[in-house]
Amino acid sequence: MKAPVFDYHRASSVQDALAALADGRGDAKAMAGGCSLGPMLNLRLARPARVVDLRHVPELRRVEETEDRLVIGALWTHAEIEDGALPDITNGFLPSVAHGIAYRAVRNRGTIGGSVAHADPAADWITTLLTLDARLLIHAPDGERQASIDTFMLGGYSTELGDDELLSGFILPKLSGRGRWAYHKICRKTGEFAKAIGAVLHDPDRGLVRVVCGAIERTPILLEETSAALGRSSPEAAADLAPVLKGVLKDEIDRRLADHDAVFRQMHHTAVSRALAELGSK
Amino acid sequence: MSHTGIGARVRRKEDARHLIGRGRFVGDIRMPGLRDVAFLRSTYAHARIVAITRPAGSEGSVYTVDDLAGLSPIVTRSTIPGYKESTHWPLASGKVRFVGEPVVMAVAASRAEAEDLCDAVQVEFDPLPVIASSEAGRAPDAPRVHEEWPDNLFLESGFDSGVDEVARTAPVKVTREYRTARQCMHPMEGKGVLAYWDYQASQLVVVTSTQVPHMIRTGLAECLGLDQSRIRVAPPDVGGGFGYKCVLQPEEVLIAWLALTRKTPFRWVEDRREHLTAGANTRQHQYRVTAYADERGRLLGLDAEVMVDTGAYSVWPFTACLEPSQIAGNLPGPYDFQAYRCKTYTVATNKPAFTPYRGVARTGVCFAMELTIDAIARAVGREPVDVRAENLVTAGQMPFTNVTRKHFDSGDYPASLQRAREMIGMEAVRARQGSGEPDGRHIGLGFATYTEQSAHGTTVFSSWGLSVIPGYDQASVKITPDGGVEVRAGIHTIGQGLETTLAQVASEILTIPIERITVTLGDTATTPYSTGAYASRGIVMSGGATSKAAQTVAGQVRRIAAHLMKCAPEEVELRDGRIFAGNRSIAFADVGFAWYMRPDLLPTDVDSRGLEATEAYKPAVDSGVFSYATHAAVVAVDPETGMVEILDYVIVEDCGRRVNPMIVEGQAYGGTAQGIGTALFEESPYDDLGQPLASTLLDYLLPGPTELPSIRMDHFETLSPYSAHGVKGVGEGGAIAPPAAIVNAINDALAPLGAELTEVPATPERILAAILAARGRRSAGQENAA
Repeated sequence: MKAPVFDYHRASSVQDALAALADGRGDAKAMAGGCSLGPMLNLRLARPARVVDLRHVPELRRVEETEDRLVIGALWTHAEIEDGALPDITNGFLPSVAHGIAYRAVRNRGTIGGSVAHADPAADWITTLLTLDARLLIHAPDGERQASIDTFMLGGYSTELGDDELLSGFILPKLSGRGRWAYHKICRKTGEFAKAIGAVLHDPDRGLVRVVCGAIERTPILLEETSAALGRSSPEAAADLAPVLKGVLKDEIDRRLADHDAVFRQMHHTAVSRALAELGSK
Repeated sequence: MSHTGIGARVRRKEDARHLIGRGRFVGDIRMPGLRDVAFLRSTYAHARIVAITRPAGSEGSVYTVDDLAGLSPIVTRSTIPGYKESTHWPLASGKVRFVGEPVVMAVAASRAEAEDLCDAVQVEFDPLPVIASSEAGRAPDAPRVHEEWPDNLFLESGFDSGVDEVARTAPVKVTREYRTARQCMHPMEGKGVLAYWDYQASQLVVVTSTQVPHMIRTGLAECLGLDQSRIRVAPPDVGGGFGYKCVLQPEEVLIAWLALTRKTPFRWVEDRREHLTAGANTRQHQYRVTAYADERGRLLGLDAEVMVDTGAYSVWPFTACLEPSQIAGNLPGPYDFQAYRCKTYTVATNKPAFTPYRGVARTGVCFAMELTIDAIARAVGREPVDVRAENLVTAGQMPFTNVTRKHFDSGDYPASLQRAREMIGMEAVRARQGSGEPDGRHIGLGFATYTEQSAHGTTVFSSWGLSVIPGYDQASVKITPDGGVEVRAGIHTIGQGLETTLAQVASEILTIPIERITVTLGDTATTPYSTGAYASRGIVMSGGATSKAAQTVAGQVRRIAAHLMKCAPEEVELRDGRIFAGNRSIAFADVGFAWYMRPDLLPTDVDSRGLEATEAYKPAVDSGVFSYATHAAVVAVDPETGMVEILDYVIVEDCGRRVNPMIVEGQAYGGTAQGIGTALFEESPYDDLGQPLASTLLDYLLPGPTELPSIRMDHFETLSPYSAHGVKGVGEGGAIAPPAAIVNAINDALAPLGAELTEVPATPERILAAILAARGRRSAGQENAA
């Protein structure tokens, strides 16, 4: 379980990283924290000819705050987000999710960009960013473009990112003072990837009422009907959530996850309904 | 001076080096010219090897089975009628029989380069139909794992004292099917072996992570065709064994062969992926059990059929017979009943070779028996703890010989159950269940009582007719010139604290504090013979031998001391680390000084054996001394997620005299942690093509500190009448009961939902599936009623 031979390139800028990737002609791999790529190299499941190390690229650590959004580079670690190194524009949502990722040793190295680019369907950031309706910033040789999680991710461990492209950062919406969130994940043990994730964002002032179901072995899904029902109800009163919990959500989960067995649907239904209940109790 | 003998709660001597990272494991060793080895392992579960193509220029670096000149395969004998031997070439010959079987061995300056070489080798496989389960192996016309066999059974055996009468007349009959998942053992250090040729000693030196160094020497000598005196097995620190390292490993044979052939040092260290795939080799049983009882739940008889998914090969020296023999012999547990039938099928499958794991079969039989006891209790409407008490062998019956001729030496089994019931607070748990939980979870309470046959020896193993049968274990004790002590024993230290406990036994006899006692273990060049560390035998066998040798040396010390103090030997007393005659005393150093430096001070008729002795020991009755315990668990089950939380866990155990109470507790904690892994987390699933599906620790879950409860413990100390100092083994017990206690608790919690679990690990998916199935049955029942 030792990595095969590869060339190592320490990128100094986004342009340098893009050039190194392009020069690799499809056989180069960008590395952020290395939490997933490292083991995959050692298991010889990934065999790039060249590894382009992004950890020393200053632009990938940018933070730009405007009135309604925050733009961050891709290389912020889970631990930094957990510790509040970024301005808190989500009323504690991002630090709370970061705190629940794996173990501190993993959080010290792992980055939000690396996690999203790796696209493990059970990882926390993809579900969180979909819930926030965040935008992804992608640098390509011919310029910068944006994407959303559900178009970026093609499925488990699969993205639309080209061999010569770089996931460089995220545009996060600022929540209003009344914006609330809840995040419930079911893990078999501390630090494990989730078996099911339910995430809820309720910020009508910003037009963000979103209920998401994650850890479904593919791209997380926005539960549109449940979101709409939540938007119509008043979540201050737990009783108002009852119809959402009992009817719409169950139907939508059963329909959207119809290709999974009853146990799988039950677990995801529970994760989302508990997130809704936690929102109701906040 | 503080007492450091038997019963002292002293810190472990070996921890001093481990806590500062100065242990010496195979992976720590540096040697000039050392070359690393990697194995190309089969990616098919069952396939013919059509061709192996080596990269150009790899001569002398890449080996197949055809290159292993002079090597014989591993063959494991047993005289049990009907047993079929397997021929196990350390590198696959002709065909592969499991995913992970070594096919090619590559040698390079580093492990990474050796793996590069493996990558460059092309192996053409012709896939064969796969036996991926016991059922598949027993199917008529099943393809055969070993073509020369008429079927896929290593062994079909059992026990029958007659159950037909009871089956006709018993008022209560309960039938269940149980499964325990295939597991890996996961010692912190996997396998590892380094070998080199010692020109000075003219010996092949094999530095291997093993529990059984003296037996490994015998096994290596057979495979290499070498005199045993030409082989030295010198095990370094071993980072956990659990049974994984109590058998001759194919990799040990191969690395030894390389060093013997090339006369330069070679090393291989197992990595975690190799462990998870090629090492998924234990625990997988399937049971069909029918119990017969009266209206009170008194057991009248038991009828069982058991299949063991044994994998492709029989391991040396314990063979594929060990597991079924332990199953049939131990299934009746600590209970008193006479009608018993158990049929076992030891099925060859395309998986790694079954290896005895901490608890050896008893984790499975305890699970089957204890769940059956609870099922009987539900059938007769009584508390499971009361039905258990109704059936346990009592203290008044000791010593007791049960239906399978297991001879329980001493103990009070019902008292351990009663104490566990008190400690867990059964009435309070029942009251809490009545009032329900605010978070909607269901609380459950479960018990499991078991016996742990430890240090079973000659009579047991000779009945299986194995290649190596344990008899007398040996130990040497020597007083140094300055009055210190050296203890040597052929058993090895694998984390169980023997460097401390054997020192405590010697200290008990000689009264010299353990700080002045050095313990050397395992090295065949420096220690007397022992078959090694397995079967919870260390403290009974090597402890007994150390005690006996120390007593012999104490006699020798007394006679020299008597001469020096001019008194009779009977007047000499060893006390507080000194030698007394009345009020006068001298130091051990005075005796040592006289023997080694000033022979002119000795009497002319001095005992010429001097101040050292090697003694051999086995207990008066060698069929094993029986530790026992009751585990009790309170769990909370979330009916919407299937998640289980252990709220409380109690152990009441009795391992006879505790040489070091802290080490006993450590064994119970560690074993229970592993048992909780079996109960809730650990599983090596295989698909129909024999592919292991848990090949990293992402998929194979081990319990961590956050998953383990704070275990509460109490101890009884019923001495064994048969062993030195009344000790019994305690190495395995902790791992036996947790699946039974925890799943009984889960089933207690699920009872209001009509759901019952009969399989471990009790994953959230299995629990939810049981709940959904019960819900389905109920709504179907309601529709039928309507």
